[in-house]
Amino acid sequence: MTPRGFWRQLTRGLRALLDRRATDRDLTDEVDHYLAEAAAAHRAAGLSPAEALRAARLEVGSVTAVREEVRSAGWEHGVETLLSDLRQAGRRLRATPGFTIIAVLTSGLGIGATTAIFSAVKPILFEPLPYPDANRLVAIWEGGRDGTRMAPMFGSFRTIEEGTRTFERIAVLKAWQPTITGGDRPERLEGQRVSAGYFETLGVAPALGVGFATSDDRPGGGRTVILSDRLWRRRFGADLGILGTPISLDGDPHVVVGILPAEFENVMAPEAEVWTLLQYELDQGRAWGHHLRMVARLDPGHDLARARADLAAIGPDLKNLAAAGNGFFPGEFTLTPLAAEIRGGVAATLWAVIGAVLLVLVIAAVNVTNLLLARGAQRRGELAVRATLGAGRGRLVRQLLTESLLLATLGGLVGMAIAAAGVRLLVSRSPAGLPRLTAIDLDATVLVFGLLLTTVTGVAFGLAPAFQAAGRDPREGLQWTSRRTVGGQRRTRRALVVAEVALALILLVSSGLLFRSLSRLLSVDPGFAPANLLTMQIQTAGPRFASDTATTRFFQEALDRVRQVPGVVGAGLVNQLPLSGDRDEFGAHFEVGPGEEPRGFNVFRHAASPGYLETMGIPLRRGRLLAESDRAGAPLAVVISESLAQLAVPGGDPIGRRLAIGSLDGPRYTVVGVVGDVRHASLGLAETAAVYVTPAQWRFPDNAMSVVIKTARNPIGLTEAVRSAIWSVDRDQAIVRAATMADLVSASAAERRFALLLFEAFALTALILAVAGIYGVMSATVVERTREIGVRSALGASRLATVGMVVGQGMRLTAIGVVLGLAGALVATRAIAAMLFGVSHLDPITYLGVTGVLALAALLASAVPAWRAARVDPATTLRSE
Amino acid sequence: MEQSGGDVIQGTMDLLILKTLSLEPLHGFGIARRIEQISRDVFKVNPGSLLTALQRLERAGWLDAEWRQTENSRRAKFYSLTRAGRKQLEVETADWNRRANAVGRLLRAEG
Repeated sequence: MTPRGFWRQLTRGLRALLDRRATDRDLTDEVDHYLAEAAAAHRAAGLSPAEALRAARLEVGSVTAVREEVRSAGWEHGVETLLSDLRQAGRRLRATPGFTIIAVLTSGLGIGATTAIFSAVKPILFEPLPYPDANRLVAIWEGGRDGTRMAPMFGSFRTIEEGTRTFERIAVLKAWQPTITGGDRPERLEGQRVSAGYFETLGVAPALGVGFATSDDRPGGGRTVILSDRLWRRRFGADLGILGTPISLDGDPHVVVGILPAEFENVMAPEAEVWTLLQYELDQGRAWGHHLRMVARLDPGHDLARARADLAAIGPDLKNLAAAGNGFFPGEFTLTPLAAEIRGGVAATLWAVIGAVLLVLVIAAVNVTNLLLARGAQRRGELAVRATLGAGRGRLVRQLLTESLLLATLGGLVGMAIAAAGVRLLVSRSPAGLPRLTAIDLDATVLVFGLLLTTVTGVAFGLAPAFQAAGRDPREGLQWTSRRTVGGQRRTRRALVVAEVALALILLVSSGLLFRSLSRLLSVDPGFAPANLLTMQIQTAGPRFASDTATTRFFQEALDRVRQVPGVVGAGLVNQLPLSGDRDEFGAHFEVGPGEEPRGFNVFRHAASPGYLETMGIPLRRGRLLAESDRAGAPLAVVISESLAQLAVPGGDPIGRRLAIGSLDGPRYTVVGVVGDVRHASLGLAETAAVYVTPAQWRFPDNAMSVVIKTARNPIGLTEAVRSAIWSVDRDQAIVRAATMADLVSASAAERRFALLLFEAFALTALILAVAGIYGVMSATVVERTREIGVRSALGASRLATVGMVVGQGMRLTAIGVVLGLAGALVATRAIAAMLFGVSHLDPITYLGVTGVLALAALLASAVPAWRAARVDPATTLRSE
Repeated sequence: MEQSGGDVIQGTMDLLILKTLSLEPLHGFGIARRIEQISRDVFKVNPGSLLTALQRLERAGWLDAEWRQTENSRRAKFYSLTRAGRKQLEVETADWNRRANAVGRLLRAEG
C-alpha cells in the first residue's frame, strides 16, 4: 500500500467512525444517483417513467442492501460492531445494577487482594537478592553442636579469610549509630561498621568516589565513610563537593570517600545510610567477642557443601587461637544462603498468607460463576426469544462474550485500584521486621493472572446460556420451565455454594486460631509490670564523653533530675529494655570446684542502676536487689534471674556463688539476689537467663542507656517534662524511642498482629461472599418455586412451615459446607501451626466458635428469602399461570 | 456465447474499473454501463460490488473521487485515475495477460 493509500484508509475510516451520518449521506446520494441514471437509461431505451424506475430497481436491487455491502467493506465496520456490542452489553449490565456491582466488586476484590499480596511477598520469596550472582552469597554464624547459634568473632573472620579457599570475598560488620553534627541540627544516623571488603563481597561499587582502602582497616587507620544516595541527597543536597571532605560523626572527622548507587539496597540492615571501617585487630580483646555478622561470597566453582567442609577443617585451630585470646569458639560454623537468612522466620508466615489470599481468589471466582449461572437461568426466556427471532448462535455467543469480557475488564480495573491501594497499605502497615520493604512494587504478572482467571471463568460460565438457548428448540425455552435443565443448574449452583462455605470456613478457622494465639500471647506474664511505665533512650556522643567517668556521671545526674520531675514515682536506667529489640548477650561462667569444667550460660547482660528492678516491678525471689552501695570499688555484686539460678544451681541456693561475665579470666561477681524471669526477646520465647549489675560495677560504660520511669498516671504525658529534665544536664544528647512500656509489649507482637489482620480481612471477605452465595441461591430457589409454594399454602401449609422449608434447605447446604470445611481446616491449618502460640491447630473452641458464627450468618442469609416465600399469595400465583 | 449477463470474473473487477477510468473520469453508473457495453453484455456489473470496489480503490489511492455536475445537471460522484492508479493498471494488465496466456496455452495443449 502506498503511503497515501494508508493515509486515506485511516482518514476515511476515522471519518466514517466519527461522522457516520455524513458518510452515510454521501453513500446514499451515490446509490440514489446510480438508480436515477439506470432509470434514465431505461427511459432512453423507450420505457415509460414508471416502468423505467421498476426496471432500474430490479437491476440495482435493494438500495439498503447495496449501502450495507459498501459500508461493511471498510475496516471501521469491525470497530463499529465492537462498539455497538459494547454499548449493548453496557446497557444490559446497567439494567441489572445489583448483579453488575456485586460481580465487579467480587472479582475486583479477588484480583486486587491476590495482586497486592503477591506484590508484597515477591521480593522476599521469589526474587534473588539485588546483587550480582546473589546465589553465591552466604551468611556465616558460629554454633555449638547442639544447634545454638552465636554471633561470629573477628578472630573467626581473620582465620577464615587467611585459611580457606572456597570464598571469593568475606566481610564482617556490626551496627553503628553515629550522631552527625555540623549541620543545622544533630541527627542520629543508622549505619554499619564493616570490614574493608564488605561492598566487594556484595558485588557493589560506589556510584561516585571510591570504596574503602584496606590499609585503613586497622586500629588507628584513616577514618573514612561511604554514604547512601539517600543520605547524600537528604543531608548534603547531592553536593559533589562533599567527596574528599570530612564530616563530623560522634564528634570525630570522617572523610567521605564514596556515594553508593541510588538503587543499592542494603538487605542486611535496610535502614543503614552510612558505613565506616570496622578497624579491629587480632590483639584486641574485642577481636574475640561474639558480636559481629559475617557474609561471604562463594568462589564460582564451589558450593555450600565444599565451603562447610572447608570451614570445619579450621575449627580446631580456631578453638586454640580463641582460647589463647581469652575467647571461646563454640566448635562449628553454620552457613546459610544469604537470601534464606534474610527471609528467615517470615517465609512461613508469608506462605500462609499466600495460601489464604488464593482461597479468597477461588471463592471470588466461585461467587462470580454462581452469579453468572443465576443470571443465565433468568435470561433463558430472553435468549430464547432472540433465537426465535432469528439471532444465530454466533450472534448470541458474541453478545454474551462481550458482556462477560466487559464484566471481567471492569473487575480488572477495580482489582488494579484495590491492588494499588493494598500494596501501599501493606507497606505502610507492615511490621518492622519485614525484609526488602523498599523493593515492593505492584506486580503486573499476578494482576494479569488474576484477570485471566476471572475472565476465563466468566467467559466459560457466561457463555453456557448462549449455547443452551441456541442449541435447543426455542419453544422449550419460551415455555420457560424446562424442569430438567433448571434442576441440573440448580444442583451446580448448590455445589458451588457448598464449596464457598467450606473454603470460607477454612479461612475463618485459621484467623480464629491466630486471634486466639495473639490473645494468649498478650496474656503471657512478661515478668514485669508494664502499667504506667514510660521509657526513652538517651544516647551520649561527643568528645565530652571520652572519659568513662564523664559518661557515668552524666547518666547519674540525668537520673537524679528525672526523679525530681513531678508525677514521677520511680526511675531507673538500663542498657537494654525488654521487648524493645535490644539484645546484649554475654556468656556467664559459674565458678566450680577444682578439676570441673566451668559451666557457661548465654545470658542477657543488664547494666541496671539501683532502682531499675523496683521501677519495672520485677519481683525479688531471694536475697536482695542492687543498691547504691554496689558502687565502683565495692565487692562486685550480681542479681540473677530465676531461670539462670535453676540452670546453674539446680535445687541449690545460688546466693554467694561466684561467676565471670564475658571473658573467663574476667572479674568474679557474687550473686546477691535472685529475681523473677523477664521475657526479654519476645513474649513467646522463654529466653530468660539474665544477669543484672550496676553500671558502676561494669567494666565499661554503655553509651546508650534507657531510662524507665514509673508515673502516678498517664505516662506519655510526662515525656516532655522528662526530656527537659535530661536536657537540663546536657542539651546536646539525643533522646530517642520515647514510648510507654505497654506500647513496647504491644509492638513486640506486631508481626503476629499484622498476619492476623490480613487473615481477618480475608476471612471476613470469604464470609461475606459465602453468605451472599447462600442468599443468592435461596432467593433464586424461592423465585423458581413460587408456584409450588403457592399451591402448598393454598392446600393449607402454614407460613411457619414455608419458612421452615426454605431455611431448612439453606441450612442443609451450610451443613454440608461446614462438614467439608472442618475436614479441610484440620489439614490446612497445619500450614499455620508454626504461627500459633499457646493453641493447637486443632483447638476445639476455635472450631466450634467459627462454625457458630458461620451458621448464624447462613441462618440470616436464608431467613430473608424464606420470609419472602412466606408472603407468597396463593391466589396471585395460581392466577398468573 | 449464448449466455449473457454473467457476473464479472472473480478478481478482475479492479482491472476493469482501472481500465475504464483510464479513458476518462466517470461516475459509478457510467463505469458499469461502459463495462457492460465494451464487454458486449458478457459482464453484468453488480452495483454493490462496484461501489464497494470503488471505495476500496479510492482508499488505496488509485482513484480520486469528486462530486460534480453531470451533463444532465445531476450531482454525481466522479472517479478518476491517479498516477498511482495508472501504474497499478499497468501492473494488473501485465499480470492479467500473463495469466490469460497461460490459460490459453493450457487449453491449446489439450488439442
